[in-house]
Amino acid sequence: MALLQISEPGLAPEPHQQKRAVGIDLGTTNSLVATVRSGSAETLPDYDGQHILPSIVRYSEQGVEVGLVAKPHVIDDSFNTIVSIKRLMGRGLEDVNTLGEVMPYHFVQSESSMPLIETRRGAVSPVEVSAEILRALAERARDSLGGELDGAVITVPAYFDDAQRQATKDAAKLAGLHVYRLLNEPTAAAVAYGLDEGTEGVIAVYDLGGGTFDISVLRLQKGVFEVMATGGDTALGGDDFDKEVAQWILECASVAESDLDSGSHRAVMIEACRVKEALTNADNVEVTFNGWQGELSRVQFNELVKPLVTRTIRSFKRALRDAGIKAEEIHEVVMVGGSTRVPLVRESVAEFSGKNPLTSIDPDRVVAIGAAQQANVLAGNKSAEDMLLLDVIPLSLGLETMGGLMEKVIHRNTTIPVSRAQEFTTYKDGQTAMAIQVLQGERELVSDNRSLARFELRGIPPLPAGAAKIRVTFQVDADGLLDVSAEEMATGVKSSVQVKPSYGLTDDEIARMLKESMTSAEEDRDARKLREQEVEADRLVEALDTALKADGRELLSEDEFNRLVADLENLGEVKRSGSAEAIKLEIERISKASDEFAARRMNSGIRKALSGHKIDEFKES
Amino acid sequence: MSGIVVDLTKNFFELFQLPVEFQVNQALLSERYRELQKSVHPDRFAGEGERQQRIAVQYAAYVNEGLETLKSPLKRALYLLELAGHPVDLENNTVMDTVFLMEQMELREAVSEVREHQDPEAELDRLMAQVDQSVTDYQNDFAFLWQKGDEASLKQASAVVQKMQFMVKLSNELEQLESELLDD
Repeated sequence: MALLQISEPGLAPEPHQQKRAVGIDLGTTNSLVATVRSGSAETLPDYDGQHILPSIVRYSEQGVEVGLVAKPHVIDDSFNTIVSIKRLMGRGLEDVNTLGEVMPYHFVQSESSMPLIETRRGAVSPVEVSAEILRALAERARDSLGGELDGAVITVPAYFDDAQRQATKDAAKLAGLHVYRLLNEPTAAAVAYGLDEGTEGVIAVYDLGGGTFDISVLRLQKGVFEVMATGGDTALGGDDFDKEVAQWILECASVAESDLDSGSHRAVMIEACRVKEALTNADNVEVTFNGWQGELSRVQFNELVKPLVTRTIRSFKRALRDAGIKAEEIHEVVMVGGSTRVPLVRESVAEFSGKNPLTSIDPDRVVAIGAAQQANVLAGNKSAEDMLLLDVIPLSLGLETMGGLMEKVIHRNTTIPVSRAQEFTTYKDGQTAMAIQVLQGERELVSDNRSLARFELRGIPPLPAGAAKIRVTFQVDADGLLDVSAEEMATGVKSSVQVKPSYGLTDDEIARMLKESMTSAEEDRDARKLREQEVEADRLVEALDTALKADGRELLSEDEFNRLVADLENLGEVKRSGSAEAIKLEIERISKASDEFAARRMNSGIRKALSGHKIDEFKES
Repeated sequence: MSGIVVDLTKNFFELFQLPVEFQVNQALLSERYRELQKSVHPDRFAGEGERQQRIAVQYAAYVNEGLETLKSPLKRALYLLELAGHPVDLENNTVMDTVFLMEQMELREAVSEVREHQDPEAELDRLMAQVDQSVTDYQNDFAFLWQKGDEASLKQASAVVQKMQFMVKLSNELEQLESELLDD
């Protein structure tokens, strides 16, 4: 049949070829990469057999060092050795000051209000630093899987707002990764446990990492993971436990925090972390700092961190309330994150939930493992029928209205994807423009929430106050990323923004960074552009080819079918022309031509999903 | 290419293949929801390019909206009246009978004084029970009027929905208050 003629070698891959898909846990303290091989998910080690990559990036004289090699320089080269960069993702300079911790770096302002860290290799943004970590993991995966990666699922804390998610996606883009999906960390952990243990019912995931705390309540039923509620604290984690211990050490050693240079500051934090970890198994631990020596007992330690643990339990309660679930209804509690090794944490969670928390999968690896399983499904290596994740947005989205108040358009814990429109009107007679400020958060006052973006709708017809109708539509995709558009209903004047957060990178900045990273790889910009378009063309050919094979004969007329097949052949021709611009135009043309086919496939999917059900048969139920 | 059946124009009852009634079998609704999402969710089309993704996002969002509408009795009631050509304008149509308004005022006063009450939690429980009961009563009234289906009944049903809306709002505020009290 005609279809086979387009599948020439090198254009469309074999239908059953396994895709190289990975799950990446981009953590505050540690990062991991995992993949599914022969049906089971495993984290991938580096050449030395280390699975965990410390999330540390050093800008040295020689170049960029990531992970264990950078670790020793945390103290002796602290300005150029960056740790816990995740805390700065999607944050503004003023946020950095309110994070409640001393960061030993020199910050400078960028074109956008994103903080840049001054290093000996120039100023770097948190997005670039994260991209270095992702690059190191991707390289490890490429070596291990024997070729270019097809795509990745990258995890983020469920509580990450739009700016933080966008920053993560930008970092992946910069690292040259194709992102299948951003996945919430607790959901990833639930997947890892759910698929392993065949659990059904309500699961709570308690995730206490190095810098963030997440709590999610999910219902698992017939392969569908439905997140019911999520909550947490983006500025609470194991690092804060260390800080409490460090404070205690400084007090005992009679050292004022303000007197510490950045090296000693790191040193006391490292000692605090060691003591915390040792107290997991020991009842008492020796402490030394700056010539001072002492001992900390677990009982004392518990006293120090109790307020922090209590805060997490409070979030847990709130999430259950949001989910409309009582503690007794929880079927399992899953523990994620290294900080859940702290005995007081386990005890408190067990006491509150009445369940012995599940810890059978290494809490450091469970997120990466779940992400790899999801990546495997999204890559098409495993049927999507078996598993579906339905996630929610963690924080409400809204707009600024008169009087500095936030009007919520989408409430927190709404299942995504979601699209919602709200109508607004003008405030003054003859008003022709309207400033739209997009907000995220739960508070009533605009100033207490996070401002994601601002844009203007111009060209509103001059009418009496209250007469113009402006419809603002919010759309959140499966990654939890927001698109906002506004339209004046009478004239159809439109304005839309992909919400590029106030603290994010501008498109120009990304382009410049991509260019810089390319020239350093001695790759010509045009060659790169062409390569990108070729990859895009391959992706389209493969997607359309698969779709045509699956449903083409059924849903298209002979004529329509042949036309699309001809289009694909033509794209093959254009691809050989070697012109990035020509390929791009052809891709756009074919994409448009196949839109209707795509819509028919969706509709047919809906019909098939519910085929056999008759409305009448349920009348009595 | 044209002339296809676009399911996005179907009403939510048709989409979920449920009878157009006020009573909705919630177990069935959840089951249909999962089936629908399995067929339209963007994750099913992860390898199929940006356009297909965008279309899938729209469909999945529509299915989510359908679930939300059919799940909540208030939203369902509003939606039914809209389908029947009697949309309720909650912003402008606020003509209420005095008995109801008096009751609202008393309830709101009680709510604002919960914190000062000698046993705030018990008082909160009492108010929540009262509000929940009246929401249930309005739902029953609505179901009855909807069943009758004539013009006059639908007009009355519309008034009932407005009262229901007031009570649901109050119920949300009570829940908010409860969470604040528990967090203290």
